Amino acid sequence: MTVIELLLTLYFSFLKVGLFTIGGGYAMIPLMEAEVITVNQWLSPAEFLDVIAIAEMTPGPVSINAATFIGYKLAGVAGSLVASLGVITPSLVLLLLLSRILFRLIQKPGTEKILKGLRSAMIALILLASYSLGLTAVIDLPSALIFAVILIASLLYQISPIYYIGIGALMGLLLFPY
Amino acid sequence: MPRLEKSKTGKETIWTILLTFFKVGAFTFGGGYAILPVIQQEVVEKHKWVSQTTFSDILIITQGMPGQLALNSAIQIGVRLRGTAGGIAAAVGVTAPSVIILLIIAAWLYPLIHDNIYFQAAFYGIRPAVVALIAYAAIKMGRDILDDRNSIILSIALLVIAIITQLHPILILVSGGLIGLLLSRRNNDSD
Repeated sequence: MTVIELLLTLYFSFLKVGLFTIGGGYAMIPLMEAEVITVNQWLSPAEFLDVIAIAEMTPGPVSINAATFIGYKLAGVAGSLVASLGVITPSLVLLLLLSRILFRLIQKPGTEKILKGLRSAMIALILLASYSLGLTAVIDLPSALIFAVILIASLLYQISPIYYIGIGALMGLLLFPY
Repeated sequence: MPRLEKSKTGKETIWTILLTFFKVGAFTFGGGYAILPVIQQEVVEKHKWVSQTTFSDILIITQGMPGQLALNSAIQIGVRLRGTAGGIAAAVGVTAPSVIILLIIAAWLYPLIHDNIYFQAAFYGIRPAVVALIAYAAIKMGRDILDDRNSIILSIALLVIAIITQLHPILILVSGGLIGLLLSRRNNDSD
């Protein structure tokens, strides 16, 4: 694959992520997982989780952070620019060129039903992503304990995910089989 | 195009829009839902660029369309202030800090510490924590959205189909959207 081909593949892969991330948050995880791990095999599941953690710990939107990191890893500075441009392209096109159509569509009664169906599908996909990524992260008793502690804590206390990543790091330092 | 807001201070140059969103992008941690309150504080309370009502309208559109929450609301505010150029300035502003910071980490910091044993130990704990946060996101979305029998059945059915067929998530999403539309049509017919 030439550099140009790689850059184009990067751009369109992350464009797909941007175009089908609906409602923000972790909605991008199953899409990025499919493009980065399954379709293109750019990262292993463990590396992907590391990137998501780094993207979550640094300021700014998580998927733009992740796109920049993955883009750099594959094709240097050009790769990082192309990947992050891919993620933001759908937002730019929809809001700058098609905003009139978009505003009319969002007010139509059918749109709400489509969105509800999309979100029902999204829940299934995020749940499935947590399972498939969990297979490489929850590998022994200590990591299972960390998973359980963070899941229960996040169900009980709604604080910024950064704190939970910090707690995970501390528990990792304590429980890692050195 | 949406109606342009009347300038309240007369100072919103392209440069001010870019700098304001650059600041938001550079100092807000934790993704979309953490960034939105900061954007609100900057554009509604501090700069008074849009009213609270307009900001709420922007959020409705932001959540109903593809893309990042912070990016979508930034572009809409930029467009309302200075048209297309304002929208691009807002997008560049909110994205640039991410690209700069992550480039520094990917190019310099990550290779430097990647083989360190304590770094590996920390990430041994961070990985299951991130998986827990993803699982939590699914549970929270489920509680918010799956409030009737049809959507619960749809969600479970698509989960089973996704596991069995290994289809690309885009196909699962499109099926969900189409089935949602069909279900609503049928409900309307029987009313």
